[in-house]
Amino acid sequence: MLDVRDVRAGYGDVQVLFGVSVAVAAGEIVALVGPNGAGKTTLLRAIVGLLPLRRGSVSWEGRPIHAAPAHSIVEQGIALVPEGRRLFARMTLEENLLLGAFAPRALGGRREGLERVFEIFPRLAERRRQLAGSLSGGEQQMVAIGRALMSRPRLLLLDEPSLGLAPRVVEGILEVLRQIHRDGVGVFLVEQNVQASLALADRGYVLENGRISGAGSGHDLLRDPHVRQAYLGPLAMDR
Amino acid sequence: MRLLAQQLLLGILVGGLYGLAAAGLSLIFGVLRVLNVAHGELLMLGGYASFWLFALLGVDPFVSLLGVLPGLFLLGLCLYWLLFGFVVRAHEEVRIKNSLLIGFGLALALHALAVRLWTADERSITTAYAGEVMTVGGLKLPLVRLASLALALVLIVGLHFFLRRGRWGQAIRATAEDWEAALLMGIDVRRAYLLAFAIGTALAGAAGSLVSVGYSINPSIGLEWTLKALIVIVLAGMGSIVGTFFGGLVLGAAEALSAVVVGGPYREVVGLVIFFCVLVARPEGLFTSRGAFR
Repeated sequence: MLDVRDVRAGYGDVQVLFGVSVAVAAGEIVALVGPNGAGKTTLLRAIVGLLPLRRGSVSWEGRPIHAAPAHSIVEQGIALVPEGRRLFARMTLEENLLLGAFAPRALGGRREGLERVFEIFPRLAERRRQLAGSLSGGEQQMVAIGRALMSRPRLLLLDEPSLGLAPRVVEGILEVLRQIHRDGVGVFLVEQNVQASLALADRGYVLENGRISGAGSGHDLLRDPHVRQAYLGPLAMDR
Repeated sequence: MRLLAQQLLLGILVGGLYGLAAAGLSLIFGVLRVLNVAHGELLMLGGYASFWLFALLGVDPFVSLLGVLPGLFLLGLCLYWLLFGFVVRAHEEVRIKNSLLIGFGLALALHALAVRLWTADERSITTAYAGEVMTVGGLKLPLVRLASLALALVLIVGLHFFLRRGRWGQAIRATAEDWEAALLMGIDVRRAYLLAFAIGTALAGAAGSLVSVGYSINPSIGLEWTLKALIVIVLAGMGSIVGTFFGGLVLGAAEALSAVVVGGPYREVVGLVIFFCVLVARPEGLFTSRGAFR
């Protein structure tokens, strides 16, 4: 469904991605793990059109989308939950969610979409009139995911949704991703939380220094000696 | 005491127009991060449009306002396409500098054009009802200016609700707060910029129409009005259209008080003194915090 081929991209003189290829099939959960600065966020920005490609291609359902303007990507059915959540802090929670349904594909069903999001995150319903900036980190992450879901995506991209959150909150968010996946939405999860994301994913990629250095099923990657050594720490070897 | 109250009243009446002019400039600055110093000249054009519609065709200025709004909206679209659209492609710090240059150039050109076409004469619309005055508790209320204030308030409230409830109004607020996140929502950010610029220009035009009825216009009023609008924005802070309008009322009242207390010639100085004091004491503005439009 999503096919990223040989993507090279960067900022100014700094090239970040050196020919990255990843794919996500319909309804699949794919995790992308790797250290800080490997280019994970850059790859997501390139996929959604926030960053122009220097080479390579991004195709969605067989059609190239890397030349399309960034605002048209969400209408294609791809939504990104950006790093740092990027909520509209001075707007209410509900306004944030409704903006998620700005694209024509979701505009008609925004009321149902809102109810669906409140079903998934009941805590948000009671805070709908609160300013997004006044919410806790975990709640903000829920709003960010909910806002992306409001566009009725067929593929959800998430950039470090667990960053800075308490383990219990992270567990809740991973459970929600499972639920979203059960509803038939593809999930492409970028995480530093290697253990949790690979355990959740059907398949995984390891991105290091702008190149894919490993790929396989989540299960296999978790057993891979290099991955264990580099990301799960020496103690993980004994487990 | 009565003199003071009378002056205060007149100050608040003109303050409504300060607020209206500032709201347009504030919207453009808040959303595009572009400072259009030709805002006052656009206001001047709106004033002349109403003036000539009255002088040549006898159209009532409060009616011609309905034509000036879409007219200046269209002009705003054109100016954005021709001039300011290029600026927003740059980074934010570069935007302001470039927009200042473009704005000054535009201001000079529009001023020269106005002198050439319409001479430097002072113009004012004198309708049949121009002299009507309502007297309340010994205070004289010029009806035309009162109606202008009311209309300005209607436009401000209308804009407020558009930004609050309208689909594109919310898109404009989202863009003002975080344009990249707005792109992720599927908002065509350039269209939000275009729309905000055109609305801001239309508000300048409307303010100009009202100035030409209650007061007077000439080709040189632009700079003065741009300055007033800037003072109001500093006074009220960015981010709230209604707050900006109140900032206009406060400036009008402060000018009027100073005219009575310190003397008429110092009227203009007061605004600049306030400008300075607010920047020193509370640079984020008196009424609101930074950020998006509420």
